[in-house]
Amino acid sequence: MAIPLSYNLRNLVVRKTTTLMTALGIALTVAVLLAVLALVNGLQTAFESSGNPAQILVLRKGSTAELNSAITREVYQDLKSVAGVARDGNEPMASLEMVTVINLPSVDSPSGMNVTLRGILPVGVKMRDALTLLAGRWFQAGQREVVVGKSIAKRYPGAQMGKKLRFGRGEWEVVGIMDGGQSSVNSEIFGDLNQISSDFNRADGLSSVLLRAADASMVPALINTLNDDRRLGVAAQTEKSYYEAQTNSAAPLQVLGIFISIIMAVGSSFAAMNTMYAAVARRAREVGTLRVLGFSQGSILFSFFVESLLLSVLGGLLGCLLVLPLNNITTGIGSFVTFSEIAFNFRVSPNIMMTGIVFALLMGALGGLFPARMAARKEILMALREI
Amino acid sequence: MFRYVPFILKNSLRNRRRSILTIGSIAVSLCILGVLMAIYHALFMGEATPAQALRLVCRHRVSLTQPIPIYYRDKIQRVPGVRQVMVWQWFGGVYKDARDPKNMFPRFGAEPDRLFDVRTEYKIPDDQKLAFQRERTGCVISSALADSMNFKLGDKITLVGDIFPVTLELKVVGIFEEPQNMALLYFNREYLREALGPGSPQQDMVGAFQIQAQSAEDVPQIAQAIDREFESSPFPTKTESEQAFALSFASFLGNLKLFIMAICGAVTFTILLVSGNTISMAVRERVREVGILKTLGFTPGAILGIVLGESAMISLIGGALGCVLAEGMCSMVAHSPGSVFMAALKTLTITPTVGLLCLAAALLIGVASAFIPAWGASRTTILDSLKYSG
Repeated sequence: MAIPLSYNLRNLVVRKTTTLMTALGIALTVAVLLAVLALVNGLQTAFESSGNPAQILVLRKGSTAELNSAITREVYQDLKSVAGVARDGNEPMASLEMVTVINLPSVDSPSGMNVTLRGILPVGVKMRDALTLLAGRWFQAGQREVVVGKSIAKRYPGAQMGKKLRFGRGEWEVVGIMDGGQSSVNSEIFGDLNQISSDFNRADGLSSVLLRAADASMVPALINTLNDDRRLGVAAQTEKSYYEAQTNSAAPLQVLGIFISIIMAVGSSFAAMNTMYAAVARRAREVGTLRVLGFSQGSILFSFFVESLLLSVLGGLLGCLLVLPLNNITTGIGSFVTFSEIAFNFRVSPNIMMTGIVFALLMGALGGLFPARMAARKEILMALREI
Repeated sequence: MFRYVPFILKNSLRNRRRSILTIGSIAVSLCILGVLMAIYHALFMGEATPAQALRLVCRHRVSLTQPIPIYYRDKIQRVPGVRQVMVWQWFGGVYKDARDPKNMFPRFGAEPDRLFDVRTEYKIPDDQKLAFQRERTGCVISSALADSMNFKLGDKITLVGDIFPVTLELKVVGIFEEPQNMALLYFNREYLREALGPGSPQQDMVGAFQIQAQSAEDVPQIAQAIDREFESSPFPTKTESEQAFALSFASFLGNLKLFIMAICGAVTFTILLVSGNTISMAVRERVREVGILKTLGFTPGAILGIVLGESAMISLIGGALGCVLAEGMCSMVAHSPGSVFMAALKTLTITPTVGLLCLAAALLIGVASAFIPAWGASRTTILDSLKYSG
């Protein structure tokens, strides 16, 4: 027969200082792990919601990123007429774009952070379905005007409606703020392709072409056609896979964070073990009494083990509470693909919290097993005699 | 106080399992603290070597990815205080299979006649230096790279460009000793220029310049003078000391300082809890004893000292163990493949300063966490403590 759970709960309440201290130790360990996971999750969400699976990003063959790619207008003209490209009325859905990096002073770093600047045609704006304007209007062709992503507007005091940004050969007026949902567009600045490319001396050295396939099922075939065309000399992939590959920008932090939390977990389970050994020692007579009442060794083992798990779940829950305030806080991380900063929100999802609880349970299990075994193996007579 | 040391020792040995578990717990936590402090120290407070202190890097103000014109070199050479300027071109590219991190060793285009003049810490035999200057397709590699990839003199290395649409066929003509054991490859930039061919917009542009100053005192003025010179040109520059340049890569990982500080805070607080919990458990078990000690004439101050001493001792042992563990971890980090990209991590170690800081932290945590239980024990009246039944 099992010893009722309320026995364990009451015991935890009686020793509330010890319980709380041990649980808090576990909570901090869980919090470190969860904070790192929330960061990585936020970054993943940003990249995963970027890019449309029906769209194809074309770079120069051999290039791994828009930043080190070069596409001429001639190639663009050829790409527009490739069979299988969707059409909007008469115009093919193909967007020639130029990507570069500019430096803007931010709140965090007065010496400036790098931000992605994208020169784009009206069709390119149209091809980003999720993109909406939060304020102002789109830039006009032939004007020195830009529209900034909402994260940029939030993080850079200079990038506000009506203000002027200095880059390239002069000043650019911010005429709008755009919202790309969760996507990385929020960390970009858009302007007229021809204006920007001439400012950067790259009128014929542009970065990439975004194509939309007429039908989602034709995407793989279209990618193969483009990649096999030696004359074009381009490398094509879906826009989505391009962004997904960038998720590993957070890999160093992720590895470091997980490593640290595992070591901390060893420390915390030692602490839990200490607490549980003390509990076993203090309740030696109780254990003896329980055995006399007919509870088996197994149920004593189980009872103490469960008590340790309860302790760790409390810690896990506290840990979740500790990281909850992080949720939706915006932070930025540099990407070696774009050589600029991408802003994203910490995301403490239910999944991540579950991971935290499981992690805490593991610590509890590790810390509770040996003390519980010791309790179960106590000789009845000896146990009753102990003070 | 010191005459209580044997007593404190006996006390902490009474519940060995608890002491060992506590020491273990403190040791692993302090190990993290130690490694993080070492990383912080290496990244943000590292001392420049004499050769490093003389060097500056000049690049486009926005980022290394945006090139600057090669003719800047002559203008920089004329800036007062500059001894030598060399073109420094990052050539990404792919060697064999890009998925193996070992194949991602850094490779740079440089000027063979200036490389060993600017980077005075590299040691290379004179005949190999000459061979590098003579052979257009020659390259020199660091001995660390030669060891890890098993490259020998005369080996061929083929690099397929990504930033540059060219393929370079290089021949190893020299192997140099580099004090930090970084994997490095330098080839002749002239070869890249020719491979790009006339008309390529990349031909007369370079990624960066390495500059050697005449004296370390000149470095800040040189940086300012160069940046002022090109301020209003279409290619404004940013010139900074080599150390600051290396740090700008670390800042790419996000707000590293805050990240390290936050984790250090969490770890410290965890140790505080663990240690406090242990000592209050010990005190609770010994309330009656404390009463007896008091009847024997021990003052409240002595009791306070004994309890604090026990906690401080356990924390210090944990701290010392933690430092040893941290040193082991540091050498693991230093030998990991990731350290190829950051010189600061290559030589990661627990310096005496960091070690002392760790021990001080351990001592402080030990004393602070025991204060409340110790205070309580020293304050309980004899009668109360003798009545206590546990």
